[in-house]
Amino acid sequence: MTDKYTQFVSRSPGRDIARKLGLPQPVVLRRHKPGQPLITGPVLVQGTGTGADELASTLLAWDLDVRRHAVPKEKLGAIIVVLDELARPEDLARPVLTAATSLRDLAPNARVITVSRAASDSADPAAADPASAAARQGVDGLLRSLAKELRAGATANGILLAGGAGTTSPSTLGALRFFLSGRSAFVDGQFLTVSSAEGQLPADAEKPLAGKVAVVTGAARGIGAAIARTLRRDGATVVVVDIPAAGDHLAAVANEVHGTALQLDITREDAGQRIIDHAVERHGRLDIVIHNAGITRDKLLANMDQSRWDSVIAVNIAAQLRINEALLGSQHFRESPRIVSVASTSGIAGNRGQTNYAASKGGVMGMVRATAPLLSVHGGSINAVAPGFIETEMTAKIPFATREIARRLNSLQQGGRPGDVAEAIAFLASDAAGGISGEVLRVCGQNLVGA
Amino acid sequence: MSVNGQSAPGPKESTRAATPPAGKGAGVPTAEPAAGTATGPAASHLPQVRRAVIVGGNRIPFARTGGAYTKSSNQDMLTAALDGLIARFGLQDERIGEVAAGAVLKHSRDFNLTREAVLGSALSAETPAYDLQQACATGLETVLGLANKIKLGQIDSAIAGGVDSASDAPIAVSEGLREVLLDLNRAKTLPQRLQVLSRLRPKDLSPDAPNTGEPRTGLSMGEHQALTTAQWKITREAQDELAFNSHRNLAAAYDGGFFDDLLTPYRGLTRDSNLRADTSLEKLATLKPVFGKSLGSAATMTAGNSTPLTDGASTVLLASEEWADAHDLPKLATVLDGEAAAVDFVHGKDGLLMAPAFAVPRLLARNGLSLDDIDFFEIHEAFAGTVLSTLAAWEDEEFGRTRLGLDGAFGTIDRSRLNVNGSSLAAGHPFAATGGRIVASLAKMLHAKGRVDGRPARGLISICAAGGQGVVAILEAH
Repeated sequence: MTDKYTQFVSRSPGRDIARKLGLPQPVVLRRHKPGQPLITGPVLVQGTGTGADELASTLLAWDLDVRRHAVPKEKLGAIIVVLDELARPEDLARPVLTAATSLRDLAPNARVITVSRAASDSADPAAADPASAAARQGVDGLLRSLAKELRAGATANGILLAGGAGTTSPSTLGALRFFLSGRSAFVDGQFLTVSSAEGQLPADAEKPLAGKVAVVTGAARGIGAAIARTLRRDGATVVVVDIPAAGDHLAAVANEVHGTALQLDITREDAGQRIIDHAVERHGRLDIVIHNAGITRDKLLANMDQSRWDSVIAVNIAAQLRINEALLGSQHFRESPRIVSVASTSGIAGNRGQTNYAASKGGVMGMVRATAPLLSVHGGSINAVAPGFIETEMTAKIPFATREIARRLNSLQQGGRPGDVAEAIAFLASDAAGGISGEVLRVCGQNLVGA
Repeated sequence: MSVNGQSAPGPKESTRAATPPAGKGAGVPTAEPAAGTATGPAASHLPQVRRAVIVGGNRIPFARTGGAYTKSSNQDMLTAALDGLIARFGLQDERIGEVAAGAVLKHSRDFNLTREAVLGSALSAETPAYDLQQACATGLETVLGLANKIKLGQIDSAIAGGVDSASDAPIAVSEGLREVLLDLNRAKTLPQRLQVLSRLRPKDLSPDAPNTGEPRTGLSMGEHQALTTAQWKITREAQDELAFNSHRNLAAAYDGGFFDDLLTPYRGLTRDSNLRADTSLEKLATLKPVFGKSLGSAATMTAGNSTPLTDGASTVLLASEEWADAHDLPKLATVLDGEAAAVDFVHGKDGLLMAPAFAVPRLLARNGLSLDDIDFFEIHEAFAGTVLSTLAAWEDEEFGRTRLGLDGAFGTIDRSRLNVNGSSLAAGHPFAATGGRIVASLAKMLHAKGRVDGRPARGLISICAAGGQGVVAILEAH
């Protein structure tokens, strides 16, 4: 549900009142619905190199209305700025200032996407050149600032190329589709690094997970249930996992997504094996594991007791490590497997009263980074998604004033939905994301804290 | 007619026929016509009969009456149990061969209880269903009936179940009021109507609440069992010990995660609310007798060693081996055979709940088995005294000779194999739901046990029922 304030200011008289008083003016975000076009309105591709040309012709094949030059006053669906040939900071001026002239023509919920090379890339000698690294790193500050300037649900995100990936590598195109679409509604001011030419675009863009078997932990409610629904919508067969005590909600989710329910405490020693056995015995294979299960036991560190600390570490990170060990050792997790973990912006920026939780979520990001090379052997990938303020049963319990401030403190001036987190996870779990691994993608509307 | 497997053609049966239990079995079914019912050859002895396998089960936690499920109807609970089963095995929109379930305490409006529950569940609306009622044996009888249909090839998949709510029990109007209301409906003129209404007396307005009394004796089930308990000289200590073991075993099963894939929480309940993990023999010894008090000092039956009224529902997924394989589902155990018996409790020949004492010897004999060939005994604990009276009868030489037609006592069971994960004294007993609880749990235990001495592990289920009836069954590990 869109929050009441956002509903109020999205039409008159609320819109006029908010404008006159200088209040936040969040809009109802464009979110993906099956059958919807990728994006409406022309897509302006800026950049003069071969990378830009190749990308523009690929987009034409997607039946997009591609422009290489802006037509004044024409409302644009998206601007893609290809900056893959930057060698010096001075090179930024021309493409960036050209794009600037079109910013006022962006339609509501439009997209600005940069495609540039990663500032640090051991596979690319040019990254070692100080001027080149400066130019590349400059894109980071530029894009994050631009994202904060955009209005009316428009977002700006960047794709970084590394490890030999080009502007038309499968995962570059996959990430581009994700950022253009309504699937990335609550992702703003973020970068995704494509670190290899691995990955494969789906035969059917509406069913990118067709034929896949996915396991979602903590799926009885909230974000986990939304992940199960989204994976199912994208074509996957879903196994939903939660503690036995949540079995009734879990059964309802399983029946809704036509999957199977596995009542399992993920902190059990044999949890990984039981997940593998269930998926393989019932559904013949296991392709995707989503580590979503997590708990909070908030206390100021001065008041922290052993059980609060231990239980959060046990569920949020120790269980994921143990399950991953079982997955990495299994013969059944070898065909381009995908792991996506749910981290948190608390693990990046910190949060008062959440030392245990933030330690566990920071741990998730460390685990993802170190596990990536272990999975790449089998064409696999592992990534994390870090949600910001998401409208769930959990955040609904936050006192009104605190909640109202928390949900407005981002560039989109509203809270995200569980489905927004699920969309990012579904993308990272797809074949198209095979060239993206060890990454943490924030789904936070560019939270002003820690972003 | 073959009664002990001599003519059995299948490989399993011929193995069994080659090793009959020494001196037992032959002639049992006809030795005591008064206690017997007509027996035909069991399905397991028919040629070319395929197997019926138990895929798994699901139940909701059982709740003491007036507790968590006070506002839940039989249909609510049965639907919840079905939906949990569907979720566990991915049966959404599946057209199941047939669903059979029932309730003992049933509203007249629930004439199609099971079909209505199916329609409210995630199963295909094209799944047929029927209701069955055989008192406390309802749940086990649905398993046996549906297993037979699978064995005969009439259906490939089935869900058996049962549900009962003593909280949401039907209350009927008195006979006097009922007759007046019916006559009023038939009356055509105002004077006729007034004349009918004038027959109404204040006492007609008091409702007719259900009870557990036997219509032909007026005695409650507990009072009947008290007579049997005294007859077999079962001590208070022995009954309390059985109750204690039931609670201890059930608590351990929960702690070990045994029910993780057998149960789905409902209305905030995650365990059976009757379970007292912290009970002790000392605590049980402090309880005052509630049944058999007219028997004077012999009263031994307390609220601790009798099952309380309970609400709950259970389901069991049955299938042919081919259907289970085609759906990538587990095959935990097979339904080998079943038997029903009834006793003449009205004239006091046998105790009300003693029918299984006759059914089990007949069933084992037909299958060429003895008590020693059973690895798990699941004897429903209506009362601790029921279980102990049954065991005492089997150990009694005279009962064996005169009532079972054997050379001596039927036998003694290894108590370490009895109700090893707890039974009704701890879990509670929502009448029709008990059969499904036991079948699913036993199937899981047998599957874990696998093989014993080169043959599949075997389990025996015994359930007593009102009206002097009993239904028993043998399951085998698949």
